[in-house]
Amino acid sequence: METREKTVEIRNLVKKFGNFTAVNNISFDVYKGEIFGFLGANGAGKTTAIRILCGLSLPTSGEGTVAGFSINNQQEDIKKHIGYMSQRFSLYSDLKVWENIELFGGIYGLDDKQIALKTDSMLKALDLEDSRNMYVRDMPLGWKQKLAFSIAMVHDPQVVFLDEPTGGVDPVTRRNFWEMIYEAASRGVTVFVTTHYMDEAEYCDRVSVMVDGVVEALGAPAELKKLYSAANMDEVFTKIAGRAERE
Amino acid sequence: MDGQTAIKVEGICKSFKETKALQDINLEIKHGEIFGLIGPDGAGKTSLFRILTTLSLADSGKASVNGLDVVDGYAGIRRSIGYMPGHFALYQDLSVEENLNFYATVFGTTVAENYDTIKDIYSQIEMFKDRKARDLSGGMKQKLALCCALVHKPDVLFLDEPTTGVDAVSRKEFWAMLGRIKDSGVTIMVSTPYMDEASLCDRIALILAGKIIDKGTPADIISRYPHRLFAIRGGNMFRILKELKVHEGIIRCSSFGCECHVAVTDNGPDASSLLDILEKSGMQGCRVEAIQAGIEDCFIGLS
Repeated sequence: METREKTVEIRNLVKKFGNFTAVNNISFDVYKGEIFGFLGANGAGKTTAIRILCGLSLPTSGEGTVAGFSINNQQEDIKKHIGYMSQRFSLYSDLKVWENIELFGGIYGLDDKQIALKTDSMLKALDLEDSRNMYVRDMPLGWKQKLAFSIAMVHDPQVVFLDEPTGGVDPVTRRNFWEMIYEAASRGVTVFVTTHYMDEAEYCDRVSVMVDGVVEALGAPAELKKLYSAANMDEVFTKIAGRAERE
Repeated sequence: MDGQTAIKVEGICKSFKETKALQDINLEIKHGEIFGLIGPDGAGKTSLFRILTTLSLADSGKASVNGLDVVDGYAGIRRSIGYMPGHFALYQDLSVEENLNFYATVFGTTVAENYDTIKDIYSQIEMFKDRKARDLSGGMKQKLALCCALVHKPDVLFLDEPTTGVDAVSRKEFWAMLGRIKDSGVTIMVSTPYMDEASLCDRIALILAGKIIDKGTPADIISRYPHRLFAIRGGNMFRILKELKVHEGIIRCSSFGCECHVAVTDNGPDASSLLDILEKSGMQGCRVEAIQAGIEDCFIGLS
């Protein structure tokens, strides 16, 4: 029997838009401190599923919990208890480093004292103490990413959703970012991550592969490679997602 | 030099306020080749594309496309090139067919006249020809944008990050399409942040922070990789990285999917001493083998 604590629990999730079924009856669990890779071809239904998990959209049917709150009727609680970061949007570039921390801390309901403490500890951990007054637009990409990731966790969420966090990022910065992901997971944060880099799929504890609205495969990278007789996750993905009917 | 020059870039510089977007860029792209400009966001790829497609002026330096200068010959260049910008230049409220007709008309031609040029790609989306562009999936939008860039039969095709945000399977399909376009005689200059696409180009330039850090065929660049390189499989990746990073004679170790690549100095450890180091730190059962560098190893080494 599985005794590990579940951070995400999804059962028979369906989302329809008119007569199009974007998400077709998916079920899975994600455990505390796990790095869960959520893979799939474009149009497979990943974004639709993530929007439901983040409390931004209601399922047509099915149920589940994220960070202990229901995706059906506790959406506002979910939003307060998760972190979110994407490559496209994360920080305000025309605000300074400390202003971004204050803004997001405020949005997540931290009081002034908590924000001050958090700002100090975060800047120290990131080695950015001398850069608190820097505008985010003037920061190198690697710093911005570290800061965005930390700010996504400013309210100590149980789970953080990373939507293509490394898209377009240089090879060195991309690897440094994954070391941060590992560190967060080792502290017990659940990391739910999407990526198009198949080498990054190897770094996840488990991955799911969505095809045409369905979770077609789910398991540890080593298991999936064995199951599909593949040398690496790129081959696994090609074998599974190559069968997609829709784009 | 064999082959004729399709694109020539000589000493191009471009700054935006204090940001040096392009610093002394020199490139020569031959007719009929696929030339890849490979680098991350913010490296200067789009700035260079905009200068070559005559949409932006360089601060200094010269460039020509098909023998026409990008400043004096801009009108001629615009007629003879196709350009697919990074963000889809499709009219969202027009249908697939209307978008294509629009681009054909702008270039004074018709879809029927050049149907052969786009047939291979258009046939894959033709069944959706009445659908509005905004209702297409990412993959279909990409195919339509490529058709729109090809519909006037250009000599040179500029594709700015056509595969960014595209899944691994669709990326492979897209590159297969590019191969067929190249076979029809079109010169292709393509930019990408994906290092694994380098091997699909005839020649490449690696670009970082506004500078070309190396250029040549992928094989040339790989042959210039200066260090001995080993791949380690098995064991916990992040423990291996932590252990080896601090070790003498090891220049760098980087995760590569299920392998860890370790760059070693000339008199640094060999495969068996690497295995020793790992075993002494309690990591049994790893395998170590000498490998040839890939483009991503080269890029990391030059960063």
